[in-house]
Amino acid sequence: MIDEQKSKPEKSRIAILTPDDLETPPLSLTQLAWRRFQRHKPAMIGLVVLALLVMYALGGSIFYSEKFANFNDTSRRLLAPTSEHPFGTDSIGRDVLARTIYGGQISLLIGLTAVIVETVLGILVGALAGYYGGFVDSILMRITEAMLNIPEIFLLIVMAKYFGGKIPELDIFGRTFSGSVVVIVLIIGLTSWMYLARIVRAQFLSLKENEFVLAARATGTPNIEIIFRHILPNSVAPIVVSATLGVANAILSEAYISFLGLGVQPPTATWGNMLDGANNYLESAPWLWFFPGLLILLTVLSINFLGDGLRDALDPRSRTV
Amino acid sequence: MTSYIIRRFLQGIPLLLIISIILFALMMSTGDPVATMGGRRVTRASDYERLKRQLGLDKPIYTQYFYWLVGNTWTKVDLDGDGIAETPGTRLGILRGDFGNSLVNRKPVMQVIGERIPNTLILMLSGELIVIIGALVVGVYSALRQYSLLDHAVTTLSFIGYSMPIFFIALLLMFIFAVLFKRWGLPYLPTVGMFDPQVGKSIGQVLYHMVLPVISMSVVSLASYSRYIRSTMLDVLNQDYIRTARSKGLSNRTVIFVHALKNASLPIATIVGLDLPFLLGGAVVTERIFAWPGMGRLFLDHVSRADTPVVMGILMLVAVAVVVFQIITDVIYAWLDPRIRYD
Amino acid sequence: METASMEYLLEVKNLRTLFHTPEGTVFAVNGISFHVDEGETLAIVGESGCGKSVSMLSILQLIPVPPGEIAGGSALYRGRDLLKNSEREMEEIRGQEIAMIFQDPMTSLNPVLTIGRQITETLLTHKKMDQRAAQKRAVELLDMVGISDPAQRLSDYPHQFSGGMRQRVMIAMALACGPSLLIADEPTTALDVTIQAQIVELVTRIRNQVHMAVIWITHDLGVVAGIADRVLVMYAGYIVETAKVTDLYENPCHPYTIALLQALPRVDRRRDRRLKSIPGAPPSLLMEPLGCPFANRCEHVIEHCRESNPPLLPVDKKNHSIACWVNVRTGKPR
Repeated sequence: MIDEQKSKPEKSRIAILTPDDLETPPLSLTQLAWRRFQRHKPAMIGLVVLALLVMYALGGSIFYSEKFANFNDTSRRLLAPTSEHPFGTDSIGRDVLARTIYGGQISLLIGLTAVIVETVLGILVGALAGYYGGFVDSILMRITEAMLNIPEIFLLIVMAKYFGGKIPELDIFGRTFSGSVVVIVLIIGLTSWMYLARIVRAQFLSLKENEFVLAARATGTPNIEIIFRHILPNSVAPIVVSATLGVANAILSEAYISFLGLGVQPPTATWGNMLDGANNYLESAPWLWFFPGLLILLTVLSINFLGDGLRDALDPRSRTV
Repeated sequence: MTSYIIRRFLQGIPLLLIISIILFALMMSTGDPVATMGGRRVTRASDYERLKRQLGLDKPIYTQYFYWLVGNTWTKVDLDGDGIAETPGTRLGILRGDFGNSLVNRKPVMQVIGERIPNTLILMLSGELIVIIGALVVGVYSALRQYSLLDHAVTTLSFIGYSMPIFFIALLLMFIFAVLFKRWGLPYLPTVGMFDPQVGKSIGQVLYHMVLPVISMSVVSLASYSRYIRSTMLDVLNQDYIRTARSKGLSNRTVIFVHALKNASLPIATIVGLDLPFLLGGAVVTERIFAWPGMGRLFLDHVSRADTPVVMGILMLVAVAVVVFQIITDVIYAWLDPRIRYD
Repeated sequence: METASMEYLLEVKNLRTLFHTPEGTVFAVNGISFHVDEGETLAIVGESGCGKSVSMLSILQLIPVPPGEIAGGSALYRGRDLLKNSEREMEEIRGQEIAMIFQDPMTSLNPVLTIGRQITETLLTHKKMDQRAAQKRAVELLDMVGISDPAQRLSDYPHQFSGGMRQRVMIAMALACGPSLLIADEPTTALDVTIQAQIVELVTRIRNQVHMAVIWITHDLGVVAGIADRVLVMYAGYIVETAKVTDLYENPCHPYTIALLQALPRVDRRRDRRLKSIPGAPPSLLMEPLGCPFANRCEHVIEHCRESNPPLLPVDKKNHSIACWVNVRTGKPR
């Protein structure tokens, strides 16, 4: 056997950094996520651009009144961009810039509210299917799959056509909204919840096997509470990512359906319906379609960057693209 | 493997049934049921009642659904309202291809749709081809050149590509290639229809008119799938077996195109199945802008004229196509992956 | 080019490899030098992260170069520096002169190609055989590694084999072109103990048959005893001890080696004594350590250890070297 002669462990005058010294105090989950998010340059750019766009849509109403946006004077129709009408005028003489401001408000509003509808639906379906499993799961998933197999646009078109006129004009905060806005929000919500439902269901399927669920059950917690107070908060990350990207999708869907003339009806402007009939003026008045189209592109693009960054920050393992 | 195929097909049947129920419910809730079922406009109340009985609208809803599905040739309808069914039914049901007659031109729905399908297929098949080839090339190339300037440029362009609404892409393309090119005296591309009526319908004409619509339809899918392929390829390149292949002294080309690509192509095979719903939806918008006489434009025209039989026919057809295509894609995937094929 | 008086099969001098990561530069291999003779079996021992795999991959230029970087040194294979080779030249060496087998047979074989294909492709590439000859040779190889029904199994896929069989296939693949040096990177770590023994026995048998040199990387001292002629002990990217295998077990001189051997559970130890583990953790590789990397965990540390990194120097004339300032038997500086 070897002699273990210990030499005196003398104090070192030179510090040696160990892994312990290199560690910083632990960060909370949110701080970690924020750190990761900040590293994602496109996401930061997206955030800034989106903020600017929102300011444009909301703040612009300080400079242009809604009356002005709807004010039409056919003698001034189809004017090219000038200093008085920076984006030109449309086919009945309305100022395009002002309409993009108010149109932006509607488009963004529709985007947000549709996502609220689809998130609520998606969570309900996904949570029930994932938590209860069995027969409930089968039925709900069959319906989800069936809906997924019918392309969204087709459903939107049919529903917009047939339910479009059913809701009258609304008056909120002194502003008149065409009833079609509500219809659009509802039908977009009703045709987009499936993606989130699948994600939430997958989360619930895996999370419900965890011990904290078992503990909650053992103490007699009612199912509803387990679903909404225990499991759901743990699946927030993919829901946030999906909801963010869902706003982009909703804005695009609204644009498609309004472009086809079945969405929000004039005089309420949206970026989409400003493009309706634009190919008649393809050559003669490109400003009619260019500016609203560009705004849609910038909005959707920045939301996509943002969503990508959020996904990296909150849920890095779920990347498929 | 064969049991897998059979299982997949069997799974498709209840799915299609549920879809048909959803569509039927949608159809029934859209307003005048008589018009919906393909009845003529009648003014006399007695005629209206007779029509209702003929269309089976006096029956309970599940019977109506049943007749819609399989027709009523094997049963009798009570036409004169005396409570005795005496006239044999004439409907074949959608399972036998009978979606009724178009309200607009009285022709059988299937015929109306059938005339337009080939035109849409031309666009979609070409579009799909461009998407697959393009996404493969771009995706693989940018995976191999990860972090290079080209890769960053491609990623940014891809993001822009799938953030654009199709109609904006179409309008931009039209503006550049039809309007500006014409102004600059360059040969320009047509933007309306399938062929120039003065020249007649020839292959050259159709190809010429196809360019802008097909590109408009493909950009978005191309952008998103090239990213998907890039990330799949990157995943594969990081696998241990690639390191093994390199350690055997195989050339870089062999490692990438045999070892890596074969593995990456598995998820890629699912693209076609995933993409179909989107491509179909894109066809609707594209055909509208370019006045292309396809099924998408038919859909829009007939929706605006409340021609429910045709609308339902197209919806059902589209849904069936999507389901069938997904089954085919799953089967192809299973066949390509030896882990599933030989088990 | 200098002509050494005795040319080793592989002589590595002062190899250094770095990785550039967002967190900083990882100093994975910090100037190691060793050699392997024809037909000799060298074992490299060390814990996870000590640089044993990275050094072997560096020699074959298999390190991914954007994050990785071979920062210095040379790897002379039959006198020719591998680190200076172009990719083309390396492709000639890999598989044909130097072959490598890896730790996890589940993931190291391509799941969508038949194993026959994976074996014959080396033959087709390097030996320019035609398909028939290559297939015949593949069957012979499978037989040699103990796969039953080899002709049938050629058209099977990796998932149709068990873990031990897959490792045998890997060995067959590696040996296909008759390399002079086989590098085995922890080939038995992922396998059951009984299969481990079979694989070790297989490699030993083949090595004896064809007089092939083997570098066997492991963290398992038991395997080392079974297969090696000489042993290299690595820690934190440095070599801390090299010796003939018997010398290492009889007379370990570096505190780390001693600690490793003491940590081995032995059948004949006293039941009431605790298992001896090494306190502390390996240093972070994000910075070059000041002084000896093992200083924080060493029982025999003196002040000089913290100031200066000890070089690898011989202990006696029996090819036994250690990198240590202290003579553990006497406690005095060397």
